[in-house]
Amino acid sequence: MMKPAVLTGEYFMTGDVACAEGALAAGCRFFGGYPITPATEIAERMASRLPQVEGCFIQMEDEIGAMAAVLGSSWAGVKSMTATSGPGFSLMMENIGLGICTETPCVVVNVQRGGPSTGLPTQGAQSDMMQARWGSHGHYEIIAIAPSSPQEIFYLTITAFNLSEKYRLPVLIMTDEIIGHMSEKVIIPEAKLIKTVSRPKPKGRKDRFKPFAPGPNGVAPMPAAGEGYNLHITGLTHDEKGYPVMTVEAQTEMMARITEKIQKNLDDIIRTDSYLLDDAEIVIVSYGVSARTSMAAVAEARKLGIKAGLLRLVTIWPFPEDQIRELADRVKGFVTVEINLGQIHREVERCAGGKVPIFLVGHPGGTLIHPDKVVKMLKEAF
Amino acid sequence: MQEISVTSKKQPRHPLDDLIRTDRIPHIWCPGCGIGTVFSSCLAALKESGIDLKKTVMVSGIGCSGRAAGYVKLDSFHTTHGRAIPFATGLKLANPELNIVVFSGDGDLFAIGGNHFIHAARRNMDMTVICVNNLNYGMTGGQVAATTPYMAKSTTTPAGNPETPFNLPLMAYASGATYVARWTMLHTRDLTDSITEALCKKGFSFIEVLSPCPVNYGRRNKQKPLDMLKLYQEKAIIKNHADPSKLDIDFEKGIILGKFIDLDRPTFIEHYDKIYRPSRLQENVSGLNS
Repeated sequence: MMKPAVLTGEYFMTGDVACAEGALAAGCRFFGGYPITPATEIAERMASRLPQVEGCFIQMEDEIGAMAAVLGSSWAGVKSMTATSGPGFSLMMENIGLGICTETPCVVVNVQRGGPSTGLPTQGAQSDMMQARWGSHGHYEIIAIAPSSPQEIFYLTITAFNLSEKYRLPVLIMTDEIIGHMSEKVIIPEAKLIKTVSRPKPKGRKDRFKPFAPGPNGVAPMPAAGEGYNLHITGLTHDEKGYPVMTVEAQTEMMARITEKIQKNLDDIIRTDSYLLDDAEIVIVSYGVSARTSMAAVAEARKLGIKAGLLRLVTIWPFPEDQIRELADRVKGFVTVEINLGQIHREVERCAGGKVPIFLVGHPGGTLIHPDKVVKMLKEAF
Repeated sequence: MQEISVTSKKQPRHPLDDLIRTDRIPHIWCPGCGIGTVFSSCLAALKESGIDLKKTVMVSGIGCSGRAAGYVKLDSFHTTHGRAIPFATGLKLANPELNIVVFSGDGDLFAIGGNHFIHAARRNMDMTVICVNNLNYGMTGGQVAATTPYMAKSTTTPAGNPETPFNLPLMAYASGATYVARWTMLHTRDLTDSITEALCKKGFSFIEVLSPCPVNYGRRNKQKPLDMLKLYQEKAIIKNHADPSKLDIDFEKGIILGKFIDLDRPTFIEHYDKIYRPSRLQENVSGLNS
């Protein structure tokens, strides 16, 4: 039964389902997954929806296999994704590294739950934020984004695919159980209004093509297997041809390629949002579901005469360092609000460089942070 | 001192050179290693099979055998340790037109990657898996593997292996493989014919190839470089259609070789299309983007 990829209309939808619909609208046609609470609904939606758009869904034997299949599918030229939660995210880390090293576009969704270990499977947290940044071994750059509502996860999933195709790397959607399981109004626009990006394809002689020779924005064009390029793709340190080279020089060059393509395009990648920030004296830095807590807290604080404002991080990695630095020069202090015991908080501290006081309203996980806790902090700390 | 005369400045081309990345030679394999012979049989089979090599992909995991993907002049992927099969699964599902060859070692496919092997066989994922079995972890210096014979010595079983090795053809058959064979690298003609047959066969095909590792395995087990080859010659019993449960490797009584299983059942993609994408069957659509 063929159905459109873009289900234009107004819906009452969970974040997980909206994420799947965003992926289909972005052009995703392969999902390799493994069941895990609270991300299973994404796989379930993709299992029924992908064949309707000539796509393919497979439930793999574990998350390691799921991530490997996603990379393989991407190299066959198909936009691909997987979705998981903490324990599965841990298992995916090695192949996320292979995706980074081989510059393979794909999207990985982490619907975060309380950890460590099996933790709180059915209850939300934001405690994998540093794992998103550094979870795979080696030094690298990554893109991670954090939606704050089902509507936003629809759009940001499209953004995640577009960024992954443009910059050739796995892009992480760091959502949480609360957004994933929350039902809200989601508007899916007409297909023609959705901008999708596909990986740059090579031109010129196939025998001279180098799959890792960067183009103008630092990213190499990417052919697919079966197109006659005789590609060799390896997770070993490799040169522009893709051949393994075990030298310090090759390592230095490869590392420059995979880090600079992100570092030199920060303006294109980083997205933030704000609420009453222009005249704010105290800035709340938050993201995902906690940004909604923070927004309520700002509104309440303003009523009490506290000049608070919100900087909502949409892109978590790369971290909007410059924006925090600029704010540190003009505000009285920061409060970070997140459902962990201080992960992004450390980044805010690092970028503020000791210029102003910084406080954390954190939570070990399992529930939302109440706005009152944030207001209390604003009243007491400043 | 006698002068060494160079008879020809140009080396003659090897008949398989067009399938090799000659700019990557010399390879890493040790003197006496059997992987090169298995690799060469595989290349000869790729030619012989007549399959479209532009649509043929070799996928390897990690280890000595895993380096094959780096020498073949086809689209080739050298993935993470144990993950060649799930990576290959993604390639195949995204573009069913691709012919998939997984070329890797026993440690990679059956210890760290064992779970993926049994599930790909169960699904009858259409691919040819060639396992070079050298009875140990060669690249890391000769540690015990899931295939190391009982009491054999390795750097991590210095007084002998206390474990029982897998019977690989039995595992493949029990998991659902539709083609199962075992050869040694000494039986190159049989091996080449078998790989050719497997490449042309739809479904999950598995070929185990016994191959010597004199540097890391032989040396610790009182075997000179040629001893293992002599065993292959003297102890081989070719017995096609042998009962898979009777295929444990026994270097004293005999090593049973041959084609054990060759049957037909629908592949994952055939089932998936029938149940989920019947329109593709009518239109004969190939890749997901078409």
